[in-house]
Amino acid sequence: MKAAAFTPTGIRFANIEKRYGNLYALRRVSLEIRAGECVAFAGRNGSGKTTLLRIAARLVRASAGKVDFVASDRQETDSAAPAGFVAHATMVYDELTAEENLLLFAKLQGIAEPGSRAAALLEEVGLSERRKSLVRTFSRGMRQRVAIARALLNEPSVLLLDEPATGLDPDGITWLANTLERMRDAGRTILMSLHGESEISALASRAVRLDAGSVVADTRTGSDMHGILSFAGA
Amino acid sequence: MGVIQKIFYVHVSCAFSAFVAFGTCFYANLRYVFTREPQSDWLGVSAAEVGLAFITVVLVTGPIWAHPVWGIWWTWDARLTLTFVLGLLYLSYLLLRSMVEEPDKRALFSALFGIFAFLDVPLVYFSIRWWRTQHPQPVILGGPGSGLEPRMRVSYLLMWGALTGLLILLLSARYRLEALRASVDELRREADVR
Amino acid sequence: MALLADTTVLLGKELRTEFRSRELLTTTVVFILVVVVLFSFTFDPSASESRRFGPGLLWLSFLFAASLMLQPCFLREQNNDTLSALRLSVRDPFSIFLAKLSANTLFLLLTEVLMLPIFAVLYNVHILAVFPQLVLVLFLGSLGVAIPGTAFSAISAQARMRELMLPLLLLPLLTPVLIASTEATGALLDVNPALRVDWLGFLAGFDVVFLTALWLFGEYLLEE
Repeated sequence: MKAAAFTPTGIRFANIEKRYGNLYALRRVSLEIRAGECVAFAGRNGSGKTTLLRIAARLVRASAGKVDFVASDRQETDSAAPAGFVAHATMVYDELTAEENLLLFAKLQGIAEPGSRAAALLEEVGLSERRKSLVRTFSRGMRQRVAIARALLNEPSVLLLDEPATGLDPDGITWLANTLERMRDAGRTILMSLHGESEISALASRAVRLDAGSVVADTRTGSDMHGILSFAGA
Repeated sequence: MGVIQKIFYVHVSCAFSAFVAFGTCFYANLRYVFTREPQSDWLGVSAAEVGLAFITVVLVTGPIWAHPVWGIWWTWDARLTLTFVLGLLYLSYLLLRSMVEEPDKRALFSALFGIFAFLDVPLVYFSIRWWRTQHPQPVILGGPGSGLEPRMRVSYLLMWGALTGLLILLLSARYRLEALRASVDELRREADVR
Repeated sequence: MALLADTTVLLGKELRTEFRSRELLTTTVVFILVVVVLFSFTFDPSASESRRFGPGLLWLSFLFAASLMLQPCFLREQNNDTLSALRLSVRDPFSIFLAKLSANTLFLLLTEVLMLPIFAVLYNVHILAVFPQLVLVLFLGSLGVAIPGTAFSAISAQARMRELMLPLLLLPLLTPVLIASTEATGALLDVNPALRVDWLGFLAGFDVVFLTALWLFGEYLLEE
């Protein structure tokens, strides 16, 4: 992985609110995330983790407040989201092969030399041999690899992952943890929502707990983080 | 034509009110898409419902008049058909609203459908007119409204004023209902928080 | 131009996924066949009767088939949340619609052209002499069906009773397309075939109006 392809970027959530009709998904969430931080979001289902990540990805429009991406070399960037997003679903087509999927999204994102970029990413996630197979024939773990490869296409400085470990077997989790560790060590900012403690939560340098759409705990201290992350499984 | 002719005062005025209501709905839909204020959504649904009520009156009074005068209940004449299709379009609009659960989405989708539907109205009208002019028309004994007597004009204007007033009344009542509904939701939400 | 480039890439994807499974095309062809055969029982399909009723029933079957065929258009994108991936990737969201409606027009046109000879044989009408003109009518008509159809399939994908919702939203709106296409087809199947330029112009106008509306409002249809 080339190191200088992106600018380390932090994220500033300012008073984010999201209402679905008469239901609050998020209430006045303000968070300042530094460039290079690895943040784990914990909380029950429906606590607002997914919504927060989708707002950061610019997929969901916040009812109020705003999200700014703060590049470390400039004061404020608010252009197209420089984030790579891994959703709960795979976000790739089952009826296409792994290679076709990556080529499709690389071309849409206007990436120079989409072919070599796709090949490099398939190599990186360890799917080179199966690149000509339809995603439909893949196991859950392999699908997640394609999903992560897709999110990395445009060398994002920020990675947003919504429960990336769901449905993965222990080998898959280990692979994911190693991959994310490399991403983090390369200086990427990582935001992920998690269920319980695992090899993946061990990567986090900060833990935030959401409850009913509000931030109820936020810490960078190891022992407190353990409390927040283990509680989330309940 | 005797007493049956008097139905036309209601019929024509209701048609006018219906068209004004659908125009209002179109305005509210456009406004919602660009401002996202719930008020525009309330106005949109109110106007569509009231418009549909007036259209129903038009579609019921039309045949009542037509049967003794033309000898048939219904004819696929341009204006009748347009009214019918218009009614169907706004019926779909209201059905769509009942089929989308989430309020923001319901408002946005129905507003967008309303815009498409309204754009369709002139196209429907012209297509039906061109189409019908090539086919034999049913026997119509002198078009309605050809030379109104002064006394008729007074009663017509009176009826028109009354039904326009009714339109405004119904629209504002329906709008208030929708606004109340929203504030009940708001209160319920606050009650949930505590 | 980013819009054209993205549209081409996306159209390639639509065609590739469809021709890999051919689900839509086969089911639609069979559906139209069933409707066309069933219609023949409702009147005496002699040459003169067919000229009167044929164009209408042909277009009604196309319209019903389209309202079913367009159903999965956006639903497919929901399965794996691929619509979000597209929204994050494309430079102009209109390209998503443009690609989908081009693909849908093409699929509709393909099935219609496939059905024409069968229709001609079953209903004793002559189409060979006016085949190119017929294809022109079919193209403009199918485009008119596909533009609002694609837009509404994005709506119905998120509604309850979606299988009923799309026909309900689409069919009344397509009244002008039905009239214009039927009249234009009827004139071509007549004993003295004529190309009705006025109806073709009307169809083109319908296409332009709704394409413009989709261009203006399409991106809101994709909001989450």
